Amino acid sequence: MNRPRVWGTVVLALLVALTSYAAAAPVRLGPVTDPIGVVRVARGQPIIIAYWLVIAGPNASLGVDSRRGIELAIADKRTVAGHPIRLIGEDSGCNAEGGVTAATKIAANRQVVAAVGSSCSSEAVPGAPILWRAGIVTVSPSNTAPRLTAPDRGPTYDGYLRTAHNDQVQGRVAAHFAYHALSSRRAATIHDGSPYAEGLANVFADVYRRLGGTITAQEAISPGDTDMRPVLTRIATGRPDVIYYPIFVAEGGHITRQAKEVSGLERTRLMAADGTFSPDFLRAAGPAARGMFLSSPDLSEEALGPRYTEFLRKHQQRYGERPLSAFHAHAYDAAMMIFAAIERVARKDAAGNTYIGRRALRDALFATRNFRGITGNLTCNQFGDCADPKIAVYEVVSADPAQWSPGTDPRKVWPRR
Amino acid sequence: MQRTGILRLNFVDAFLWAFRIGVVAIVVWGTIGTLTTGRYTREQWADFAIFGLSQGGIYALIALGYTMVYGILRMINFAHGEVFMSGSYTAYFVAAPLAASGFLDRHPILGLLLILAVSVATSTSVAVLVERVAYRPLRRAPRLVPLITAIGASFFLQYAFRGLYGSGFRAYPEIGILRGEWAIGGITILKTQGVVIVSAAVMMAILYAIVMRTKVGKAMRAVSEDKEAAALMGINVDRIIVTTFAIGGAMAGVAGILYALVFKQVHFFMGFVPGIKAFTSAVLGGIGNIPGAMLGGMFLGVVESIGPALFLDGLGIVAPYQLKDVIAFTMLVMVLIFRPSGILGERLAGKRA
Repeated sequence: MNRPRVWGTVVLALLVALTSYAAAAPVRLGPVTDPIGVVRVARGQPIIIAYWLVIAGPNASLGVDSRRGIELAIADKRTVAGHPIRLIGEDSGCNAEGGVTAATKIAANRQVVAAVGSSCSSEAVPGAPILWRAGIVTVSPSNTAPRLTAPDRGPTYDGYLRTAHNDQVQGRVAAHFAYHALSSRRAATIHDGSPYAEGLANVFADVYRRLGGTITAQEAISPGDTDMRPVLTRIATGRPDVIYYPIFVAEGGHITRQAKEVSGLERTRLMAADGTFSPDFLRAAGPAARGMFLSSPDLSEEALGPRYTEFLRKHQQRYGERPLSAFHAHAYDAAMMIFAAIERVARKDAAGNTYIGRRALRDALFATRNFRGITGNLTCNQFGDCADPKIAVYEVVSADPAQWSPGTDPRKVWPRR
Repeated sequence: MQRTGILRLNFVDAFLWAFRIGVVAIVVWGTIGTLTTGRYTREQWADFAIFGLSQGGIYALIALGYTMVYGILRMINFAHGEVFMSGSYTAYFVAAPLAASGFLDRHPILGLLLILAVSVATSTSVAVLVERVAYRPLRRAPRLVPLITAIGASFFLQYAFRGLYGSGFRAYPEIGILRGEWAIGGITILKTQGVVIVSAAVMMAILYAIVMRTKVGKAMRAVSEDKEAAALMGINVDRIIVTTFAIGGAMAGVAGILYALVFKQVHFFMGFVPGIKAFTSAVLGGIGNIPGAMLGGMFLGVVESIGPALFLDGLGIVAPYQLKDVIAFTMLVMVLIFRPSGILGERLAGKRA
């Protein structure tokens, strides 16, 4: 190929690329015009909502708990804009690769109106932009990493919201609890390099220092590590009163079991966060979990009101067991928020087909104000934080997974009434 | 291209030399930095070493399975990590009811032996089954084929066990007599870790005796030298290969119980990381070489445990334990650069060349 022809090809390719970019003109379908796309739901057909949650593997209880919240919301709502609701979903594995895979598969389905997910912040960081590029807005019930809704998060996250609390809140509560309720003055943190754990550990450390405490070590492990004794020995050199390790079930279990065996840490109080707030964690940690503390959303009637008790009754009726983790109510609210937004923007044509503008749906979700959810009054800010956060600290009483009943075992110890 | 003097050093050699010097410099610099701060006491260094030895003992026992199969079939049995998992996980279902009924507290030794027997039996059967189903039909296939089957078998086992036992974690019961620690000459050692180090050493001694002193061992060595010649001498090659898999599986079963004693947590994916680390140990020591696998395992365990504190702390790196695997695999790269056949691999490589 000679040189002019090469240049000709390049220019042509650029032109094609430019025109296809410029062709991102408003889409017009039926009665709706939307800058990024319109979903048409034929009369009588279901409106499709997708979830991307971790529903297999060691953290499955986190995602299954959220999925049940969505299922209960669908059962309560029954129809949206006159259509039945269909839930489809992907397992996102609680890691970045899984998040990308799940988001890509959902994005390939042009009928998906909106998504609920992801479970873990590490999935959301690469996954949410993939969904938004396809025009799919997603509401996460359990991502808590601060950076996902930080002011500098960038336009690729324009389609991302969450009903879960931001860890700025949880980290602060945990630090206050460790400083005031445990009267500790020296603390160490461990994270696993995930956006969730690192963000939360950093917030905890910052607030704890500001209160007047000393952070003796800010350690990190890798997901999949089993031998925590060396890192705990290193932490023991700083003689902390408390170790805060906001990580996940497997590694959290190892730290809990091994901390008691490391010399210098016999009296150190252990504290983890909502990533381990499930009976699965008690299965992994065994009796060593007795007496440790977990920060997590406040799941008590005095915080959430009688609607939550009613929700629990339905949950028990349908699944025959107590919630598996801490985010079922947030998932319920996420789904309900999406349904309300769809009803605000959906338009019908004369034949009874429904049209939903993707940009309009996104804007309607961000415009949510004083939405009455189970977890409180949800109001979304311009960066997608919608939660009405109520965080409590629980103490593990029996360490028996069969006794799992947030409020009594683990027993709520903070905030004190 | 002929060049003279210093110019003969080509780019790759220069890079490798720079890499060696760089790593050694970092290690020396970091070590001096750590030792001069005096952050760790003598007891803590001893703790690190003991943690490393107990972890290394487990790696070594698993590594024996890799190295023996490689010695005989010249293939890497990537399903071996799952053989380890199968024994440990299955024995949980014996250990949990024994603990719940109080039997384990009343007869701890008998209970432990029972759990061990279940683990060894399961691991051995799985190893033999994998050989029969996945490898024997492909014995004459090109060398890449059994490697791919091994990876397939590994996934199959993982997800078969996930289907059987569920995807959650399970906590092994604590064994009363193994709680607490012993004090030996000023250093304290957790009872579980003492048991792990001693049992790993005993198992390795037994294996070494089998391979070096018994008829089966002799036959195994003969098959590993030359399959055809061994067959001509009246050795049943298939039976020796199955025996090798069975012994490797049994070692993995023991490792599974030792792992459960130390880490007290099992799930269907638990074989993956120890499997990779044990494979690394086998390569470190010189793959195909039995004492090499033992040494490689111990070495890797100790380096992982001491390395981050010793090398990285002095460099002012925050959270050095996140880089544990980096140290382990840098060590592997270093050994492969300096001694491509592994620490003890030379004799063997010479013999087979």
